Amino acid sequence: MTTIFDVPIQAFLGQLLIGLINGSFYAMLSLGLAIIFGMLKIINFAHGAQYMIGAFAGYLLLATLGIGYWPALILAPLIVGLVSALIERLALSRLYNLDHLYGLLFTFGLALALEGAFRYFYGSSGQPYAVPKELAGGYNLGFMFLPKYRAWVVLASLVICIASWRLIEKTKLGAYLRAATENPTLVRTFGINVPLLLTFTYGMGAALAGLAGMLAAPIYQVSPLMGSNLIIVVFAVVVVGGMGSILGAILTGYMLGILEGLTKVFYPEASNIVIFVIMAIVLLVRPAGLMGRDAG
Amino acid sequence: MNSQTRIVTTKRPALRLETLLIGVGVLALVLAPFYFYPIFIMKVLCFALFACAFNLLLGYTGILSFGHAAFFGGGAYFTAHAVKEWGLTPELGILVGVAGAALLGLVIGFLAIRRQGIYSTMITLALSQMFFFFCLQAPFTHGEDGIQNIPRGRLFGLLDLAEPLYMYFFVLTVFLAGLLVIWRVIHSPYGMILRSIRENENRAISLGYSVARYKLGAFVMSAALAGLAGGLKALVFQFATLTDVSWQMSGEVVLMTLLGGIGTLIGPAFGAALVTGLGNYFATSELPVTLVTGVIFMVCVLVFRRGMIGEFYASRLGRRLTRRDDED
Repeated sequence: MTTIFDVPIQAFLGQLLIGLINGSFYAMLSLGLAIIFGMLKIINFAHGAQYMIGAFAGYLLLATLGIGYWPALILAPLIVGLVSALIERLALSRLYNLDHLYGLLFTFGLALALEGAFRYFYGSSGQPYAVPKELAGGYNLGFMFLPKYRAWVVLASLVICIASWRLIEKTKLGAYLRAATENPTLVRTFGINVPLLLTFTYGMGAALAGLAGMLAAPIYQVSPLMGSNLIIVVFAVVVVGGMGSILGAILTGYMLGILEGLTKVFYPEASNIVIFVIMAIVLLVRPAGLMGRDAG
Repeated sequence: MNSQTRIVTTKRPALRLETLLIGVGVLALVLAPFYFYPIFIMKVLCFALFACAFNLLLGYTGILSFGHAAFFGGGAYFTAHAVKEWGLTPELGILVGVAGAALLGLVIGFLAIRRQGIYSTMITLALSQMFFFFCLQAPFTHGEDGIQNIPRGRLFGLLDLAEPLYMYFFVLTVFLAGLLVIWRVIHSPYGMILRSIRENENRAISLGYSVARYKLGAFVMSAALAGLAGGLKALVFQFATLTDVSWQMSGEVVLMTLLGGIGTLIGPAFGAALVTGLGNYFATSELPVTLVTGVIFMVCVLVFRRGMIGEFYASRLGRRLTRRDDED
């Protein structure tokens, strides 16, 4: 049997794939966090809950209305985005003039309440969500077995990340967003509706989390707590990547996911903490993060 | 920077009112075990000390730590281990817990204060989560089981703390001592510098204070006191588990402080009593506690940012009482 550093190559590649899958979710989630933080200067603690609701929306659409995977892939993020935009309008927008910490605390409360509510109605145990039949099965690559759905997730997340990044860096809407981040007052004097832009941004960031949740539903089980432990890892990813940097968030997401997978092969005990260790090292060497601009 | 809007300052005239409130509170606490279930009050006292320690950092230095569970739960684990495995007396066991928590605070604080504001909050959260995973895997914590059947032992080798009333007054004494330390710190020149950092960090730097050292000092002190609270809790309940180091616990202490009044000496203690009481009440009901705490959190942030004690100081009665003190 072929081995790499005394590890069977199958195990190595298997963990690499798991790492890549996790990395895809880290990237999508940290991207949404970075977008929201860039505009609203709010750390969206509810991001994990929004991810969970995305998965639940898909599950409920199927269970109650019989709406399958592909329509749900569009509907679930839309639902999460709209609900979140409403919350931004009603509550979050009142906190912009205060210290940023209040935004964090509010979204933290929101996350707790949402998770509690879903636990109350659906229990703590996970609900299975079947892989759509178009993506069932897998490819035998000779040296390992690659489930189709996992390949799809990696591909989809790459497309989503690149599309969002292009949207912000290259389009007119993206230019407005970036301008409003730099100087909201000035952008307002040009007649651009900044509050609406903020609502849109929050909705979009949350929808990205919902989309990630929908993609995750067939891989992990749909459970109320699926987002709560993930979100802290994603925070660490964002700190490593550099808080304001969208590209940094995406790249760091993939990188750390893969690194975590590899740690599972070579030193399983440390796999839970490797991302946090890297965060500590990055903070010591480069406090602004790998791709961050300011050292605020 | 608009951080000035965040915290309600208690001005010096409030001091005498605070002393009065504390006097009434102490009297009530001395009488309480004869009327209420002592274990519950001890639980409240432990969390109250924890919240006050946390507030030393948030309310008086302006650093929001989202990882204080690491110090609280860490203190509980260290004390539990020292008392159970090494056979130390309770007071020495608690000292071990405090020292361990202070050391943790030194490490986490050192990294956290490399960034400001929201960034340092996220760093504390991530590092405390790292400590959580460490506790999950380290052999001495016994993983999911936690450390159980911790003997309360004999205080100074004399008083048997298995006796509920002895234990109660031991906890009360430690709580008051902890509060006294916090009071002493915030009313010292050192505490004034901490407040100046909270109000305007750049100005404090320009005045020549080495802000990083002051922040780290406050961080370590806060962590040590949180460890003291954790060690006490381990002795009261005779177990130490992963719940105490989880990030939900870090969130809970933020809620206690927010609810009671950020930047008031005794506000967090009231907040702790309320949150603990609510937790006990909803533990038996069908409704998940997180749902209730989450909603309270949101409401507090939106409309009740001053907290109970902060609102009281700002109310007509509170203003009148503090003004009268002023004239004295």
